Amino acid sequence: MNNKMWIVAKREYLTRVQRKSFILVTLLTPIGIALFSVLVGFIMNEGSKSDQRVLIHDDTGIIRQMAENDKDFPYEFSSKDLKVLIEEYRQMGYDLLVHVPALKDSAATYLSASYYGEEKPSLMLLESIESHLGDQIQTYRMRKSNIDQSLLDSFWADINLENGAMDPNNISESAASGKLNIILGTALGGLMGFLMYLVIFIYGSMVMRSVMEEKLSRIVEVMVSSVRPINLMLGKLIGVGGVGLTQLAFWAILIPTLLTIVYAFLPGVDSAQLSNVGNVTQVDEQSLDAFSAQQIIQAIFNLKWWLILPVFILFFLGGYFIYSSMFAAMGSAIGEDMGEGQQLMIPIVIIVMIAFYMLFPVLTNPNGNLAIFASLFPLFSPIIMPARLAFDPPWWQIILSIVLMLSTVWFFIWLTSRIYRVGILMYGKKATIREMIKWLRYSE
Amino acid sequence: MSILRLDRVTKKYKDHVAVDEVSFEVEQGSIFGMLGPNGAGKTTTIRIITTIIGPDSGQVYFQGEALNKTHPSRMGYLPEERGLYKKMKVGAHLIYLAQLKGLSVADATRKCKEMLARFEALDWWNKKVEELSKGMQQKIQFIATIVHDPVLLILDEPFTGLDPINSIMIQDEIFRLRDKGVTIIFSTHRMEQVEEMCENIILINQGKNILEGNVKEIRNKFKEHLYKVEYGGTLPQQFANGMELIRKEDHTATFRIINHGSPNELLQYLINSGCQIYAFKEILPSINEIFIRQVKGISHE
Repeated sequence: MNNKMWIVAKREYLTRVQRKSFILVTLLTPIGIALFSVLVGFIMNEGSKSDQRVLIHDDTGIIRQMAENDKDFPYEFSSKDLKVLIEEYRQMGYDLLVHVPALKDSAATYLSASYYGEEKPSLMLLESIESHLGDQIQTYRMRKSNIDQSLLDSFWADINLENGAMDPNNISESAASGKLNIILGTALGGLMGFLMYLVIFIYGSMVMRSVMEEKLSRIVEVMVSSVRPINLMLGKLIGVGGVGLTQLAFWAILIPTLLTIVYAFLPGVDSAQLSNVGNVTQVDEQSLDAFSAQQIIQAIFNLKWWLILPVFILFFLGGYFIYSSMFAAMGSAIGEDMGEGQQLMIPIVIIVMIAFYMLFPVLTNPNGNLAIFASLFPLFSPIIMPARLAFDPPWWQIILSIVLMLSTVWFFIWLTSRIYRVGILMYGKKATIREMIKWLRYSE
Repeated sequence: MSILRLDRVTKKYKDHVAVDEVSFEVEQGSIFGMLGPNGAGKTTTIRIITTIIGPDSGQVYFQGEALNKTHPSRMGYLPEERGLYKKMKVGAHLIYLAQLKGLSVADATRKCKEMLARFEALDWWNKKVEELSKGMQQKIQFIATIVHDPVLLILDEPFTGLDPINSIMIQDEIFRLRDKGVTIIFSTHRMEQVEEMCENIILINQGKNILEGNVKEIRNKFKEHLYKVEYGGTLPQQFANGMELIRKEDHTATFRIINHGSPNELLQYLINSGCQIYAFKEILPSINEIFIRQVKGISHE
């Protein structure tokens, strides 16, 4: 009996894994992500660098003098007459001419300058010119007052909440709950929540599609004469779930490997761009800048992977079974047209979307009431609990969440299999939710 | 000995009764016809026998035991609406279905190859199902139905989509299985096949069992005492009491004998009146006529 469920699962798994499209998606997705991250990094870097050539006519005399000592100063100077320059700067190959008038008095803190150009320059370019010019005057004044840069730097105070102790009696734990860990926790939590959301849709709709195809092509008629519908459904869920785990395992290995290779071999791409790629993680690059690469790697290793990974897989399976069993039941209820599946998906999509949008407030306040509720409520917990894992939620919450989720898996499989067994053999009109509730009461 | 017995089986759906107190018995080693118009409840009855759905009331006995979930492994069911996985190869597909009937991979492989060879289709082994014609797919489905040596075979419209040659091939296989002792329940609309193949039938209409029994006996029961005569010469103008000329065309006449008349009297009368008789045959109603008459509730009697 259960033996048949495994035979079905094996077929579902093998036919999908052997498909060319599966192999392509599994291999090309990591390559795509690597290329995408390089591309995004490139666009962010190159796109913001202006290729506009700027010529400066400096009447203060200070800026030009100071800029000669500044290797990073990006603009060029000309001392020709301004009127001539206005006529000629374009022939000389410049896009923008900036005129800085002389300072009214040596202590003026405000200076109004003007620019000439064929096209309107971007805001970023204007701000960049303003700050470069201002910096030169500031440096000049500091030097005149005999203030050394190192002296100025010594005034600087940088406060970083690096060490946090959640347990006053256990100071050694403090390193593990510092700010860096919270940054990483937020990133990892966001990533895992997002992954769960994707997984539910990708594999849930895969299950639904396959149920609809089997119903419309009348394969189920042949199948149910030898396999009980619940075993047919479970076999399908297990097979497709296995495909999902296989794909995730490949990605878990391939994506970090490829990204590492890309960042190691491509010059000019730095790791801060990772956060551009995963913007969903809500971590901005500034907050990571305060830490050295070594600290970050150390902190990544310090995360409780031995807990996070198995629990993530457990929640992956739980969430997958809850939602894909609903997808299977909905798929069995369509009439004569694959397109009807879209409509039946809507209620499920709404629930998943709510869970997904809860992810953001939960990551902002990972131990708040909303976070606790959402990580216990079984329809949301598969997305929310993995996101909270890196924040060390209390044990009782993890265990309660798992217990509630597993009971829900059990209940949903019972519930949906009763709809499925009737739905797959009903032809004609698409069933309504009310009809599906009636099906629950049909004798077996 | 009966292999299958239904005892007042009833199945209700939300707004209609699909099967209403249907009872019948199927003899071991016979071909049993299940007839009825579309929507009569045949498919529901079959699904109850194959335990796909359960009855609301009534009992089913298979080989003397109350029907349970282990019994379907001894049955082979070819549903009317049937499909195969289009992308699978024929060999792999047959092995898969045979495995689900409880065969080991090795047994399934051996049996499937044997079957395909018998149906002259062994070279399809590595072809994808979608490359086969509809008729070829029907054959594959038929093979999948019998591959695990079932003792009860339920065939719902097994001949649709088959050309005459393949129809004969399947028909011969059904007879061969019957001779080996396999019981066959045969559901169809094609009445000439019912007459040709079935010993016993049941006629279901609107969920109710309206007629049941031996094909010959049923035809006899519904006979209208009609006789067909092929003759030479001319028929007499008048007939004796109890003889009625129904039709006459091109030296073939149909008579009805009423009021306890006998065919011998009719024959004697015709011979005495100078006709040359070439053929004399009783016309029994076809199952088709009985079917239509019963379903419409019209009787000439």
